[in-house]
Amino acid sequence: MRFVFKRSYDADIKLFKHRPQALWYLALFIFVLALPWLVDEFFLGEATNVLIWAIAGMGLMLLVGHAGQASLGHAAFMAVGCYTNIIMIERGVPFLISFPLSGIIAGFVGVLVALPVLRLHGIYLAIATLAVSVLSDDFIVILEPWTGGVTGLVAPNIDIFGLEIDRYGTPVEFYFLTLLVTLAVLVGYRNLLRAPLGRAFTALRDSEISAQAMGVNIRRTKAIAFGISCGVTGLAGGLLGYYATAFNNETFNLVLSIQLLLMIVIGGLGSIHGAFFGAIVIGFLPQFIAITRDGISGVLGLGSVTIPGIESGVFAVILISFILFEPLGIYGRWIKIRTYFELFPFYRKNMFKRQKSFLKTERMR
Amino acid sequence: MSLLTLENVTLKFGGLVAVNNVSFHVGEGEVFSLVGPNGAGKSTVFNLISRFYDPFEGDIRFQGDSILKMRSDQVPSLGIARTFQNIELFEQSTVLQNLLVGRHRHRKSNLVSEIFFAPSVRDEERRHRAVVEEVIDFLELQAFRDKYIAGLPYGVRKVVELARALATEPKILLLDEPASGLSVEETQDMIFWVEDIKKQMGITVLMVEHDMSLVAAASDRVLALADGKELAIGTAAEVQSHPAVIEAYLGTGGRASDE
Repeated sequence: MRFVFKRSYDADIKLFKHRPQALWYLALFIFVLALPWLVDEFFLGEATNVLIWAIAGMGLMLLVGHAGQASLGHAAFMAVGCYTNIIMIERGVPFLISFPLSGIIAGFVGVLVALPVLRLHGIYLAIATLAVSVLSDDFIVILEPWTGGVTGLVAPNIDIFGLEIDRYGTPVEFYFLTLLVTLAVLVGYRNLLRAPLGRAFTALRDSEISAQAMGVNIRRTKAIAFGISCGVTGLAGGLLGYYATAFNNETFNLVLSIQLLLMIVIGGLGSIHGAFFGAIVIGFLPQFIAITRDGISGVLGLGSVTIPGIESGVFAVILISFILFEPLGIYGRWIKIRTYFELFPFYRKNMFKRQKSFLKTERMR
Repeated sequence: MSLLTLENVTLKFGGLVAVNNVSFHVGEGEVFSLVGPNGAGKSTVFNLISRFYDPFEGDIRFQGDSILKMRSDQVPSLGIARTFQNIELFEQSTVLQNLLVGRHRHRKSNLVSEIFFAPSVRDEERRHRAVVEEVIDFLELQAFRDKYIAGLPYGVRKVVELARALATEPKILLLDEPASGLSVEETQDMIFWVEDIKKQMGITVLMVEHDMSLVAAASDRVLALADGKELAIGTAAEVQSHPAVIEAYLGTGGRASDE
């Protein structure tokens, strides 16, 4: 077990707890930088997909995992980001302006949606945001002059000062663009969590009544959480538009919202790691299942015979087993394994049991 | 000088009068206790001061100004901090993080500077931490600094609640049953702390408490409430021997058949 000797308050403010941890993340950073030269174009595309999921996951994680507000409507905000970006590009706005702006617009739409539903809690909030997700489909169809309705839009190549980025033509550049956005969001997220606002978010999640008694403006803080969350998700939506190259009202349907929520639950609520772990599962699992299936039918000599729906079936089973057997998600499992080795042989099985033995004052509402 | 004044405050929940025309004032540097049987309206008075409830009638003034126009999240910025009867800590955070939330009313940074973690935010964080460390030293919470609340025993949680309220650097501290559920030794500690809070830190204390050892040892004045009404006010000994108080706690002494 490692003991970190803290010599100043900065030890608790720094991004990395100790040097070995920083070195591990540096190694990971070098790995993702070198990835285009390690894998072929197909897997690089999949890695880009995972990063886009991770950005959306971080957006949702901030809202659900840290601020404690459920949302089943985040596909709608991905759609807002995606459509506003492409609509602006089509009208001649340069990418470097339109892309951040689309995130900001998605954030504002998020705040607008949040304001009326802020008084709702838990399952009621989830239902209200679910309605947003359902409505977004209709709005895209109604706003046909801009959105192209059911025909959808086609994302043109990204143009940054003459540098053309195309998801198929220049996958490496597109990967690095996505990586850059991921890192920017990641650093901002980490900074927020160690600042007063991030603590206000977790305060909101754990006890609204006492957050209020500590001077946290509940309505405003929730609105800000929605704003940031939807803004980041909007950025992911913008990238998803380029990744999918063509999209319409069905790209951002309810299933996407549910997948987003599942992703962060599987990854582990309340940690940035969870967003990434979840993204890896959601992003890679369908491919993994497809490859395994092909492998198995090859071994068994089944040829190209496939059982329809087997992929979504296996996918669903894996997701359900996670929720049943590891509610803390992949990150929670990882923490448990790490603690086991750190404390060996003193690890106790019930160390991570949640206890809810004390009364709450929430009935005051 | 009077720091906190309640004037003819009445609160009704439908037909139930929870607080009935209660008036009292808490002087600066004083330890003022509210006692009374269950359902007397003690915690309701706290929730009125915290602005969780709007009074039906009457006025609540802090340093001479009415606080009835303020939202509950603006009240702490005046220097009014409180604890809760049923512990209300942020369970999935460490003790340190809980205390730092107590510093929220002193937040000067904004969203943008926090996203970039500007040097000003860092300096502010160090200052918040220094104040929090003083509170940790005062209440001897060093051993629990990086522990998650979810794994702490009840007694420690009580102290963390007190610490979080102190971290806000309040002018007046509202303690809602600080000794409930504590052992005799822990209650002794609480008595010393309340005295030190008053004497060393110069913070005024208003508390609700059932434990008469704490009330008698620490408070300057005591107000007894029953069914939302004032029964008696005075020193702990005076209130304890007041006939109306004895009646409220123990009954009139008559037989049931007499009534």
